[in-house]
Amino acid sequence: MVRTNRRGFVGGASALAMMSVAAPAVRAQKKYSDGASDTEIKVGHTGPYSGPASSYGQIGKTLEAYWKGVNDAGGVNGRKIKFLTLDDGYNPAKIVELTRQLVEQEKVLCLFNTLGTANNTAIHKYMNQKKVPQLYVATGASKWGKPKEFPWTMGFQPDYHTEGVIYAKHILANVKDPKIGVLMQNDDYGKDYWDGFKEGLGKDSGKVVKHVTFEVTDPTVDSQVIQLKDSGANVFFNIATPKAAAQAIRKAADIGWKPVQYLNNVSASVGSVMKPAGLDNSQGIITAQYLKDPTDKQWENTDDFKAWVAWMDKWMPGSNKADANHVFGFAVASLMHETLKKCGDELTRENVMRQAANFQKYKLPLLLPGITINTSPSDYYPIQSVQLARFKGETWDLFGDVMSAEGS
Amino acid sequence: MASASKKWVLGIVVLAFVVPLLQPVLPDVVSDYRLFLVSTMIIASIAVLGLNLLTGFNGQFSLGHGAFYAVGAYTAAVLMDQLNVPYWATIPAAAIVCFIVGYLFGLPALKLEGHYLALATFALALAVPQILKYKWLEGLTGGVQGIVLMKPEVPFGLPLTEDQWLYYFCLIVMVVLFWAAANMLNSRSGRAMMAIRDQYMAADTMGIDTALYKTVTFGISAAYTGIAGALSASAIAFVAPDSFNIFLSIKFLIGLVVGGIGSLTGSVIGGIFYVLVDNSAQALSQFVKNDLGLPFDLSAYTVFGVLLIAIIYLMPMGIAGGVAMAWRKMRSAR
Repeated sequence: MVRTNRRGFVGGASALAMMSVAAPAVRAQKKYSDGASDTEIKVGHTGPYSGPASSYGQIGKTLEAYWKGVNDAGGVNGRKIKFLTLDDGYNPAKIVELTRQLVEQEKVLCLFNTLGTANNTAIHKYMNQKKVPQLYVATGASKWGKPKEFPWTMGFQPDYHTEGVIYAKHILANVKDPKIGVLMQNDDYGKDYWDGFKEGLGKDSGKVVKHVTFEVTDPTVDSQVIQLKDSGANVFFNIATPKAAAQAIRKAADIGWKPVQYLNNVSASVGSVMKPAGLDNSQGIITAQYLKDPTDKQWENTDDFKAWVAWMDKWMPGSNKADANHVFGFAVASLMHETLKKCGDELTRENVMRQAANFQKYKLPLLLPGITINTSPSDYYPIQSVQLARFKGETWDLFGDVMSAEGS
Repeated sequence: MASASKKWVLGIVVLAFVVPLLQPVLPDVVSDYRLFLVSTMIIASIAVLGLNLLTGFNGQFSLGHGAFYAVGAYTAAVLMDQLNVPYWATIPAAAIVCFIVGYLFGLPALKLEGHYLALATFALALAVPQILKYKWLEGLTGGVQGIVLMKPEVPFGLPLTEDQWLYYFCLIVMVVLFWAAANMLNSRSGRAMMAIRDQYMAADTMGIDTALYKTVTFGISAAYTGIAGALSASAIAFVAPDSFNIFLSIKFLIGLVVGGIGSLTGSVIGGIFYVLVDNSAQALSQFVKNDLGLPFDLSAYTVFGVLLIAIIYLMPMGIAGGVAMAWRKMRSAR
């Protein structure tokens, strides 16, 4: 069974007492840290099931369903996964408390896919002091890949910085005499893209003729888009989360501004961005992808996609298959699954990190063909490649080669 | 306060000081995590007390005390981060800053009564996270990234863990603040505050400077909540605008109403309640789904809401009021 196990002081205390009795007995043959035993592996997670970012709660539900499926099939190397997922409401103060509960009270082996940049920042130092893995976090900030300072924390998706570099390089190579207008959400996510973009432009950073920002709480971005048009820009880089991204695309069309449009991957959702913005207005927009888009018909006959559809039908019946969060959740859980499998009978926190930092060209389900997982003790960015795609008709049309940015 | 209840309070405080010392005997029950949790309850109690001074004892409404909490937390964080001020010195600093902010906010608030004031404070609570992200302040506040802090270190080489020390530190601050509040409420000033709450015109006629009392009360209330914010910055060791959203202000209000308006004990109960229920609502909803096997997929907030309605319905005066009433009934039955 997968469930959060918190029943007040007595229940927690007796469970703890039992664990401390059981653990030393098995330590003789196999190696275990807290949270692992002959029969069970405890994995902790927090996500926003409530609050302003609750749409991302679908990721947590996907993860929970994934481990249910794994346990149903016999678990990992004969051990059941006990997946403890708690609601942090996207609040950094809350996640600190919940993380301490998971690490100190429940004694999980590791945390997995905790969501949000600010939230992961809040527990970054704590996890590394406690030497508990904080694996495959659900944020694309570039600070999760610093094994020297933070050897217990690892990201998952291509970082925003890298993606920004890739767009800049594509613009310089393909647009004649570019004059670039940038719309940026004023927070750390927006800035990460912007920094990468500037780095990619290098000495050509003067080609940005206008850079405007908005707050995530702003009701519209109309005036910003008008400013961009007035600047005479012929390239539009749209760094916005879904709502604002859709508004900007629509507004640009309404006022007759027809630049070459680049849209960040965060908002490359057909259902929540392109359709509300108007499919006509969205034609030709360029984005970068690393996961298979669930609305893209070309994947229907690939094995991993078919497996995902069957899995969705069995374990998440009635959920919206066009929601890319389900693809994301399944992919990242598959990576965690593989990491635990590789650990074998040595389920220590050190070994979990060692295995996580030891993937060579691993083919993860639902990644685009040609994109693989690569990590090493000095490379804590599992996915660093993307492929560009152009919006055509009703879905994304991939083009060009898989690209990666060096270093970052 | 009657002497019997004084003994009770003393007993509970002594108990609170002794409990962490049991850690070697009962390591699983008195764990560091639990002490941390109790510390957060203490912090919440102080914040609720701040709101109670304003609403419970002076009759002014605030839906925006999360804003003062944020100001307190950021004052502490910026001082620690930029000027290397030790954590204990940030508590009085946060109190002073929040008193000034609260006093200044109290001035225009004099013109606003009842629900208009509630709305103005609500706006303040909405504005503060945005202000913290403002680009001119970013150098200080760290913008959306927030500020990562160090946890308070154990002083004088005491044989305590970080969490034990944090617990004692919060407890000492709490005892001092509650003692000060109790004394203030028992004084002429306290009676003036309550007179303004009960009958504004009569208080004015009696020669109480209502404008002064109202603004100063606003300042003191903000200072209390700000101290709670500063303590939370030390406890969590991280501040970010997202920690201080509108729900925080609403939680203080829930703590106030559930604990007991106009009651010092009620503030403590309110603080404990919202931390405890906020934490166990999700476990409870999981319990309903998985263990009882009922086909409800209740969200944690649904459980929280149902509990809230039940408490308000059964104990309209809050838990403190409800317990006092039950106590009286039991005695008269005897």
